[in-house]
Amino acid sequence: MQKKLEKKGIKAYIFVTCLVDTFFPEVGVSMVRVLDRLGVETEFLEEQTCCGQPAFNSGYQDDARVVAERFLNIFEKAINDGSGKEIYIVCPSGSCTSMIKVFYKELFHNSPSLLELVKRVSAQTFEFTDFLVNVLNIRDVGAEYGGIVTYHDSCHMLRELGVNDAPRELIRSVKGVEFKEMEMHDACCGFGGTFSVKFPEVSVSMLDEKINSIVKSGADTVISADMGCLMNIGGALSRRNIPIKVVHIADLLANKGKKA
Amino acid sequence: MSFEKVAFEKDSSKALKNKKLRKALVNVTDRFRAARLRASSQVEDWNELRASAREIKKGTIENLDKYLLMLEESVKRAGGKVHWAKDAAEACDIIVGIAREGEVSSVVKSKSMATEEIELNSAFEKNGIKVVETDLGEYIIQLAGEHPSHIIAPAIHKTKDDISELFSEKLGIPHYDEPEELTKVARERLRSEFLNAGMGVSGANFAVAETGTIVIVENEGNARLTTTVPKIHVALVGIEKLLPRYEDLSLFLTLLARSATGQKSSTYVSFITGPRRETDTDGPEEFHLVLLDNGRSGILASEKTRESLYCIRCGACLNICPVYRQVGGHSYGWVYSGPIGAIINPQLMGIDKAPELPFASSLCGACRGVCPVKIDFPKVLLDLRKQVVDKEGKSNRVGWHLFEMLGIKLWRLTVESKSLYEAANKIAYYLQTPWKKGKGNLDSLPYPFSRWTNERDFPQVAKEPFRKRWKKIKRELG
Repeated sequence: MQKKLEKKGIKAYIFVTCLVDTFFPEVGVSMVRVLDRLGVETEFLEEQTCCGQPAFNSGYQDDARVVAERFLNIFEKAINDGSGKEIYIVCPSGSCTSMIKVFYKELFHNSPSLLELVKRVSAQTFEFTDFLVNVLNIRDVGAEYGGIVTYHDSCHMLRELGVNDAPRELIRSVKGVEFKEMEMHDACCGFGGTFSVKFPEVSVSMLDEKINSIVKSGADTVISADMGCLMNIGGALSRRNIPIKVVHIADLLANKGKKA
Repeated sequence: MSFEKVAFEKDSSKALKNKKLRKALVNVTDRFRAARLRASSQVEDWNELRASAREIKKGTIENLDKYLLMLEESVKRAGGKVHWAKDAAEACDIIVGIAREGEVSSVVKSKSMATEEIELNSAFEKNGIKVVETDLGEYIIQLAGEHPSHIIAPAIHKTKDDISELFSEKLGIPHYDEPEELTKVARERLRSEFLNAGMGVSGANFAVAETGTIVIVENEGNARLTTTVPKIHVALVGIEKLLPRYEDLSLFLTLLARSATGQKSSTYVSFITGPRRETDTDGPEEFHLVLLDNGRSGILASEKTRESLYCIRCGACLNICPVYRQVGGHSYGWVYSGPIGAIINPQLMGIDKAPELPFASSLCGACRGVCPVKIDFPKVLLDLRKQVVDKEGKSNRVGWHLFEMLGIKLWRLTVESKSLYEAANKIAYYLQTPWKKGKGNLDSLPYPFSRWTNERDFPQVAKEPFRKRWKKIKRELG
């Protein structure tokens, strides 16, 4: 088990995401527990709602901008909280983190003053596993899980943020886990936000391939760092009565002893 | 056959039901993908090469006016003629005009997406001029009366059995089972076409401004015959195909062959500078370069999507695309398909003719990862989505678009306020009650959510959202 951080005074403001807040609150709870266990102080600003991605991806940039600006204003207070601590914004989603770190620059390319704020906020914003491995330099969080585990790369996490090794290193460090890479682990699962309902037949045929890869891997648990993908993958697994568990990496890392 | 408004959802739905097509797509894209991966990993500084190529293309496209005039000068100096075509109709008129003037009754063509774009074959046929495609894949789809479904492998939607059947029916030959036999038949037929043709039409992979050289890569040798045997050679070239210097070719030929087919070099690379010279023993007497705009200058004018013009048509984005892999080329409704089709079809056709295409992507970004000129596909797609919404905002919305607009407006109203957001969560929790069966997922929901639940379960809205749980866990952790 990893010792608590030697360096004290790290504070993580949770951006829990609207999806986790509304449908999968336990993922947020797990993230908080893991951070707490490692000695990171956590805080949650109740004003937060959504990062604006649904509108941005649908082409409604004016609507996205209003919501994104609201996000920036809320988290500007976080990074300037006067606590004198090292402040980070930590998020259990590669996709929402990409929105902030990558796409806000696009969204506000015409407003220099907001771009400055985007720069300051996004510099402190990290996807959860990226934060653990690349900011805290921790791989073993002291978790236990008995199972054969495979990992699905979410597209934004992998190709917008370039986070590839961090989740794998964390998974491999969980006691009791047997890790098996699936074929085409980096292929999209077909979610794509509104894409999944705009072109459901195409989305589901992409999902079919993903499900096949997961089943073929021989894993009993599929892990990812984005609930969007897991909602899609899990929705098909449960519809087809395939007994493979769908677990967010925060839940895996919070797990002790019994199965997640 | 001509093109109308793109109907991606309808056409992809049809394609998804075609089991033979889907099997062929998986086989071919897997093969191409593996070949590209192998070939690109043999080049140590592959990503640096991609970055250099992008810089060169950027510089060329941003100074296109200058380089186009340089190209015109160079081609003239080499004894060729240069024609400027602002759109498809003008390009067809120019090319048919050249054929008429040369009293040409039969034309051979090598593979060219630009000629597909202007529907040159039907222009020839309307004017009583016979035209024969000489690339094997193009020959097959010409016989079938279809359009290409892949940029570099136009007939990948056809299986060996389909082709055997097609050749037997159209060419009056027995059913052959072996690809070698089928290829032999095509070769024999095409040889006589080459010898009888008065004109050869090609495209070009690159046009070098400095020297006036056009470069064609191929594996069958048909393009070399097309451009050397007939008396007249016409090359139709999109204005974005320019490279400034001859020396740029080594970089671009390396990237193109390895990205497209995984070859170190294509079997034939032809460098054509003007018509036959006095000392030459063969080659055409006339060389015409037709420079095609057809919407490209519109893309050039758009700062955010301009990089669409960097494309060198290698097809790597098609082979990696999880959407293309499922639905194939014809779903994209026009000449270009896959990620590159999703970004250039709407821009070349007019966005109102292909409003679905910018959305026909999960924005996974795999295409950007393999693109030899690093086109930022997600960024371009997102800008085009905005253009679609801005344009449709001015017209009446119906069906799905109405739901989407209302959904977005409602979403915005909700997430702009903490109290409304929290209330909406609570309302959603109670609204789902009729569809709930115990604690499990929801297996059916009304339209438009049924588009999800038809084949996937949907999670329940949690009784206690995270924000409620936060207060408890905070107390617990102290």
